[in-house]
Amino acid sequence: MQSETKSKVDQIPSTAGHPVSVLRYEGDIASTSKDAVLGSYQALSKETVKLILLDFTKVDYINSSGIALVIQLLIEASNSGQKVAAFGLSAHFTKVFTMVGITKYAGLYPDQAAALAAL
Amino acid sequence: MSTAASVAKLMGFRPERIEDLKTAIAEACINAIEHGNKLNDGLQVGVLMNAGEDALEIKVIDDGRGMKTLPPRPDIDKKIHGEEDPRGMGMFLIQALVDEAEWVAGANGKSSYVRLVVRLDPPSFDQPSE
Repeated sequence: MQSETKSKVDQIPSTAGHPVSVLRYEGDIASTSKDAVLGSYQALSKETVKLILLDFTKVDYINSSGIALVIQLLIEASNSGQKVAAFGLSAHFTKVFTMVGITKYAGLYPDQAAALAAL
Repeated sequence: MSTAASVAKLMGFRPERIEDLKTAIAEACINAIEHGNKLNDGLQVGVLMNAGEDALEIKVIDDGRGMKTLPPRPDIDKKIHGEEDPRGMGMFLIQALVDEAEWVAGANGKSSYVRLVVRLDPPSFDQPSE
């Protein structure tokens, strides 16, 4: 049974000292996750937030509708001049994200420290 | 999905292949509900499994007319630039994650199905050391 998607936002500095907004997701990501995935992103200021990290550490399952939401986020980020990276995906979903080409628009990293060092 | 994963585990599939299988079956069921049965909750989706010696075959059956043509491979550049719907990756993922995927239209305009096959890795034989 699909579990509800939760999200929260943290503000932390990158290794280089730049401000980063971290969107932390929890649960399953599917078609019903629009508010959690896109809503939490859209609540950020496009003028002041330029670096975004997506934390999938506590995400168990993502289907193609959930991936489409991530792509919608990347479209908006691209149009707003924001850089996006992600971390915490399982090996399986790292493979799936790579298959659909997301790595071209968002770097995937094993953990938060590696992602912060790359931003 | 968990039943298929249990069967695959009993057959000796590697954990990563079981994850591939779970995603492929989930996407096939979503397609069956959304596109086959057109979200009609009075219709059912069936999942049949056939465990062979070296492969697991799964059929996901719906009450739709089936696919006439397969959609083109998704293009991330077109999606990002708004030239292609961000959705529409389910069938691509199914094809990418299993060894065989075949969409079959039901002869009577219903009972169409997708047939998935995942094969067990051939047994590896260690070379005797000299």
